[in-house]
Amino acid sequence: MGRKILLVTTDQQRYDTLACNGGTLSRTPVVDGLAAEGVRFDRAHPQSVVCMPSRSTILTGQHPSTHGVFMNGVPLPEDAPSVAEVLRGSGYRTALVGKAHFEPYFDPFLRFEENALSTNGTTPHGGSRRGFEHLETASHGAMGPLHYSQWLIKNHPEALGMYCRAIDDSLQVSAQPGGDTGAPQVKVNPIDRGIYHTDWVADRTIAWLDSLDADDDWFCWMSFPDPHHPWDPPESEMGRIDWREVPLPAGYPEDQATREDIIDGKPRHWRAWYDGTLVSNYEAPADWVPATLTADQVREVNARNAVEVELIDEALGRVLARVAERGWDDDVDVVFTTDHGELQGDFGLLFKGPYHVDGLMRLPLVWRPAPSARAGGPAAPSVVTRPVGLVDLAPTFCAIAGIDPPEWMQGRPLPVDDADAESRGFDKVLTEWDSELFGTDVHLRTMMRDRWVVTAYRPGTSHDGTEGELYDLVDDPLQQANRWDDPGMRPLRDDLVADLWDSQPPVRAQRLVLEAPV
Amino acid sequence: MTAKRGSMRHSIRLDCPADVVWDVVGAPARLHEWWLGVESCEVDGDNRTILTRSGLPMPEKLLTIDHNQRRFQYRITAPLFVEHLSTIDVHDLADGTCLTVYSVDAEPAVLALVIGGAARAALGQLPELLGVAVHR
Repeated sequence: MGRKILLVTTDQQRYDTLACNGGTLSRTPVVDGLAAEGVRFDRAHPQSVVCMPSRSTILTGQHPSTHGVFMNGVPLPEDAPSVAEVLRGSGYRTALVGKAHFEPYFDPFLRFEENALSTNGTTPHGGSRRGFEHLETASHGAMGPLHYSQWLIKNHPEALGMYCRAIDDSLQVSAQPGGDTGAPQVKVNPIDRGIYHTDWVADRTIAWLDSLDADDDWFCWMSFPDPHHPWDPPESEMGRIDWREVPLPAGYPEDQATREDIIDGKPRHWRAWYDGTLVSNYEAPADWVPATLTADQVREVNARNAVEVELIDEALGRVLARVAERGWDDDVDVVFTTDHGELQGDFGLLFKGPYHVDGLMRLPLVWRPAPSARAGGPAAPSVVTRPVGLVDLAPTFCAIAGIDPPEWMQGRPLPVDDADAESRGFDKVLTEWDSELFGTDVHLRTMMRDRWVVTAYRPGTSHDGTEGELYDLVDDPLQQANRWDDPGMRPLRDDLVADLWDSQPPVRAQRLVLEAPV
Repeated sequence: MTAKRGSMRHSIRLDCPADVVWDVVGAPARLHEWWLGVESCEVDGDNRTILTRSGLPMPEKLLTIDHNQRRFQYRITAPLFVEHLSTIDVHDLADGTCLTVYSVDAEPAVLALVIGGAARAALGQLPELLGVAVHR
């Protein structure tokens, strides 16, 4: 019997939403407890700041350039490699419960199996899909054909209209104002907490775990759709945090002129989006103008987000309690992370896009190794400050299972402390962005190395290829001062940019194609 | 600024005469043979109704079936669409191969992506259905 693996992902969660990372809004005792027994990563970055490419990276252990899913709406190829398949081939029972999103959601023809599966149960055709023998899917509400929606339709049809309507009549991400402040993607949701998707994901995970034999080895990816917008947690839970008392985030200068000065120091698409003159991607409401965002809206969004984070923590606690009841606790590695971050008020912006700053790139990542794997008693908790990526997760799971990571994986097993990270050369992490939507294209390549984040732009609709961003994470932790054009930084910039281009991963031979908006 | 209307185009070049492809894509009642996710289609005069795999009926108006140009055009008239026009052209390249081009224009723009993406997948079904190779 080997080590079992519980991968817990959330969707679009910031680093600073966890108490163990210094967050002050949400109470997250369960994840904090895992961090206290394991490894907390201070600089974990995604390889893409949107869902489908990032989730494909988690599954394949490859950068987006290599697996090919360069933006949302590009389906991961059927024959893409999968760490779940590797583990299944080594005797692991495998499941994904919650948000998958390797294939587009907009699918009226149900031509993507991930969407069609809910009509056929939870066992994919042929016994597995992408390595998962059990797939039970959910998204951000009652939308689409996924299992959670079907369950809700069958058992709680009264709840269908309670969720925020995330898509409007023109099929864009809705800018409909809601809540107390009229913020976009906010709604008072009267749904009973017990049938909200967070608890449903935990319930279904527990049900799958209960179906296993005690001596099975298993890999379970429990994937919560929250705290991704819409921000519509059960209203019964909103008494936890009064949005009026929520402090404004450090990254949100309340003075409008200050905000705009900061944005104007960045490449021009930042200001164009802020002013509502550029929509480069589908992930934010096209009809919402970020310049209209108010301080109270930031407070309310952060309050609702924080409640969603707390509900996830509590749901995870229930699952871990069941794991312990099954007698597995000593043999389970738990990895908690997310696919990417959320701007959540930084610079006066919400949502996500081609903006490679900490709000989107600095992720919560905690790894509690199986206690049974520790030689000589409990390990001291550690903090890894060197950069790691989600691309490192798949090889980590292989290492946990005692399998050599396949050559197609591009990451490395995560370090257990800084000494380990230094000895194995964890000194940089890459993130990329490519989008093309109705004639608008944006291309970024980013590297975090040492204390610097450098982003180089390739030519696109808004850029001629000479633009860039350079931030000193020590002196400027909020990335408000772009040093790209600072003459004094030129030698460092040149060195970083040369390293950035030298470090680029292999590009998939046949370019994939955008097939849906998301 | 949001584009209300979207435009997409996909194509495939096959190692066969244009008429071989046209016999299928120019026949409105045969759509379900090559379009993934279309369960059935019924043609009544210049009206066609398809039923998607998700159970969604989609009414269409057939506009052009031109055997000489090998051009097929139709509009989806479902309420979700403010406007839609799809055009399929099969070009004879005079070397034993042909180029099939599927163009989609729609408002809301998102639907151009959705229909265009599905059209691309449909074009990808043609080689197997026709028993011909993609031209390399």
